[in-house]
Amino acid sequence: MALPATPKSWYLPTKPHKFCPGCGHGIVLKALGEAIDELEIQDKIVFGCDIGCSLLSWNFFACDSTQTHHGRTTPVMVGIKRARPELIAVGYMGDGGGYSIGSQHLLNAAVRNEKITVILVNNTNYGMTGGQMAPTTLPGQKTETTPYGRDPEITGYPTKGPEFVAALTSDTAYVARGTVSKYKQLKRYIKNALRNQMEGNGFSFVEVLSTCPTNWRTNAQQTWSFLEDEMEKYFPVGEFKNPFGKGEK
Amino acid sequence: MQKVVENTKKAFLTGNEAAAWAALAAGAEIMFGYPITPQNEIMHYWTRLAPKYGRNFLQTEDEISAGFTVCGAVQAGKKAFTATAGPGNTLMQEPFSMAEAMRLPLVAIIQQRGGPSSGTVIYSQQEVTLTTFGGNGEGHRIVYSTSSHQEIYDYIIKAFNTAWKYRFPTFVLGDGYQAKMREPLEMYDPEERGIELVKTFPLVGLEGKIGEEREPQHLCNIYSMEEELYEVVMKFAAEYEAISPEVVEYEEKECEDAEILILAHGVVSRAADDAVKALRAQGIKAGYFRPITLRPFPGKQLREAIAKSGAKKMLIAESAYGQFDRLVKQEIYGETIQINNLFMPGVGIIDTDIISKVKSIID
Repeated sequence: MALPATPKSWYLPTKPHKFCPGCGHGIVLKALGEAIDELEIQDKIVFGCDIGCSLLSWNFFACDSTQTHHGRTTPVMVGIKRARPELIAVGYMGDGGGYSIGSQHLLNAAVRNEKITVILVNNTNYGMTGGQMAPTTLPGQKTETTPYGRDPEITGYPTKGPEFVAALTSDTAYVARGTVSKYKQLKRYIKNALRNQMEGNGFSFVEVLSTCPTNWRTNAQQTWSFLEDEMEKYFPVGEFKNPFGKGEK
Repeated sequence: MQKVVENTKKAFLTGNEAAAWAALAAGAEIMFGYPITPQNEIMHYWTRLAPKYGRNFLQTEDEISAGFTVCGAVQAGKKAFTATAGPGNTLMQEPFSMAEAMRLPLVAIIQQRGGPSSGTVIYSQQEVTLTTFGGNGEGHRIVYSTSSHQEIYDYIIKAFNTAWKYRFPTFVLGDGYQAKMREPLEMYDPEERGIELVKTFPLVGLEGKIGEEREPQHLCNIYSMEEELYEVVMKFAAEYEAISPEVVEYEEKECEDAEILILAHGVVSRAADDAVKALRAQGIKAGYFRPITLRPFPGKQLREAIAKSGAKKMLIAESAYGQFDRLVKQEIYGETIQINNLFMPGVGIIDTDIISKVKSIID
């Protein structure tokens, strides 16, 4: 069956969306939308978005959605899921929300094997607030708070999220890192992360490597090159934990 | 839902135990909590009792998470609550502020401890400002200040109804003394007393096929334009003002001919009540006024008490350095009654403290 160009689960009155030209969020949300359609779970999803660029997704889907605070999407989703286990709770956040201000929530939700799905977009900076250093900023990368490049001696090395989530979780968790440069793979990962929750297995986590030309100050070619050559080298793409079978690397 | 208290019965409990029973009797379905003294036993009793009645509990990673998980659970349509104190109350101001912004029927029990910082684990009335006006909002909250175990039981049941009826976050403000001491109370099933339990409803996860039977729900708490936020806050303010007269509660004794009015709230009002009796026995015409709701504040009723008594003096007694005093003053702005204070931050106040203070004022 040929899929429609626009996912059925997208909320059309809010399209075109408000992300910057060249931003990867639209690709991630398209993959999520198609996964929701294919799994036929539009009426069961509760989508929760963080603050930062991810907040722009608050009315993106024709699914029940709620907006939370910076870093606090994980506990709100935990509350929803614990209250109504029949719902499918999907938290959507950036690298700042998940790995910095909300890291205690991500870490403990993973340890408790909360049956929620977290999709975290890694674009190596705080986009909405104007391009500051994120936990994922690469060594040497220039941001507004590291204008001479990130120095690991001063600010440490970039956070490797799926690696730490994989280390904390039981074998029933699903953990992967995808990239907007490999769409079909990304959609498969997101689908697996949703299925893992639907089957009641455990915590499901997908980090997505994404682009931010506005704050990177890059043209199209440079943007893609930074994603594929720099980011994917530092942040390996693949499945770290897959209860459905052998993870692909 | 299974009845928790079949027949009305006398009990001799700590306040924390009474709180857990009250939440059960009110039909609370899930508690999210994080350990902090002096509220711990609310969790301890809840974790023992809840499974027997099919209720749930989650110990979260911190108070921020406890508050936000409550926000999530009430959005999903379940009666959820938390309990905290002191630094935990500070951390919870963030989720409380979201509950204010999104009109979430969050219920929190606060057992005040000494502050600032970790202060003491024992007692104070120093979380009045935080509980009434904490967070980056306008204080659109409902706060009941209890003074006895019976009231802890009564007002926790009421708090769930108030929260779900009006959709303003609702607080039961106790303290370490009320939390830890034992005293008798009557436990009852609210419905047998004619107290109808307000029905819950989900804000997300609604029934029905999206696009055919219903629209998707999109809840937000951040706005692109100043005017959008302005309209939301002004609407909340108007609704809060409108419901205030039916929410406000207070207690008043011997004010008709009083020369001096004694104001206190929470457990200190018991000392004030005793002090008024003792002073009257000694021929000193003292009156007693106690707001039960600190938000909204019974300001109109207090002005009426001042007017009908013709009292020239007032004494405000609290176990804090003027937090309650500020609430009172902003409510009676323009009155000419002389205001005196008995501020004892972080320590208990007994009747003799108030009696000697009154005598020093009227002499």
